[in-house]
This record gives sequence, structure tokens and C-alpha cells, in this order.
Amino acid sequence: MFLGQVVGTVVAPVTIPILEGQTLLLVRPVTPDGSPTGRTRVAIDRAQAGVGDRVLVLDEGNGGRQIFGDPMGAVKTIVVGVVDYVETDAGRVYDAASPTPR
Amino acid sequence: MYLARVTGRLVASVRYPGLEGVALQWIQPVDEAGEPMGAQLVACAAIRCGPGDLVQFVDGREAALACPETFVPVDAAVVGFVEEAASHAGVLRQRGLERGAR
Repeated sequence: MFLGQVVGTVVAPVTIPILEGQTLLLVRPVTPDGSPTGRTRVAIDRAQAGVGDRVLVLDEGNGGRQIFGDPMGAVKTIVVGVVDYVETDAGRVYDAASPTPR
Repeated sequence: MYLARVTGRLVASVRYPGLEGVALQWIQPVDEAGEPMGAQLVACAAIRCGPGDLVQFVDGREAALACPETFVPVDAAVVGFVEEAASHAGVLRQRGLERGAR
């Protein structure tokens, strides 16, 4: 799993069947202190996340298929949690209760 | 999954069994601003799409699961036709990027 920042939403009216009706979010991987790292992804939202949220993202298919209960589902990138805070040895580097402006 | 722009199509008449009839597209992964992100690649099309279209694709084992025959050597598949992708960078649509729309 990786830490991500929800930066936008995606509307896709034509998809493969398993993605129909799913909320899609644009998620940018970030370091614990919020610096962008890695490539922006399209993720399926299973945690009621929204733009601006710091989230936990699964980017692996087997766990995704368990979430969907479909052993042959072509799902991979899924938002599975909304992060409250992140602590490292530098202290609390992110706190959703007092977010820094983007 | 990632956002991508379809840049062309590819025809290969000799294929691994199971891939007959699967459309192959050249795609350029893009970020939330529509800027190229990494190298172009060839993806199987699990939905109808063509050059110029904004799409989403899945990579890895899940790409094969999106194909009609699921045990095939495929590592990227277009799984959705994206109408719009909205972020702080603007609204990415089928035709270019409208900046400052949000």
C-alpha cells in the first residue's frame, strides 16, 4: 500500500463491467510529509474519500479482488483508507485535523 | 490504473493463442494536467477506443483479466473511456485541458 493525496476525480462512462458505477479518484503518491512522489494514478474509492484527503491506497490485484469478491476482477488500484495522521521519527508530519494548504 | 491518451494503433497478425481479435493501441500515460508521464506503451483495448481518446488503463496481471481470454501474456489493458478528469490542474477532457475550470 502507499500513501496518497486525492487530487481530483475521474468520470468514465464506458468501462469494463467491474468498474461500472465505481467512484474513481485521481491519487498522487506522496511522502509522509506530503511531497509528491511517483506517478499519478486512477483509484477506485472504497473508503468514501474526497479531493484533498490523505489516503491509503492498495496497488495490488489480489487484495483488490478480495474487496470486490470477484476472483477474476481486473481491479488493482483501490483507496482503502482515509489517513487521520502520520507520525515519523520527526514527529507528527501530517494531521488531517490541521491540514496545510495545498 | 493510470490516465492515458491513445496515440495510435498497432496491428500484429501473428499472436499468442488467445489474443486473436484483441485490439492493440499505442498509449501515452498522462498526469492530472495531461502532460506525458513516462514512456508510451502498447495496451490491449478491453473497451472501444481510438487515437486521441482519453482513457484509463490497468497494468500488471490485472490487464490480462480484462481481456476476453484471461490467461494471456498481456501487461497493460485499456479499461475505461474517460469523459473528464478534474483536479487542481484543471479539467482534462477528451479534447485537451481546460485550465482554471475549478
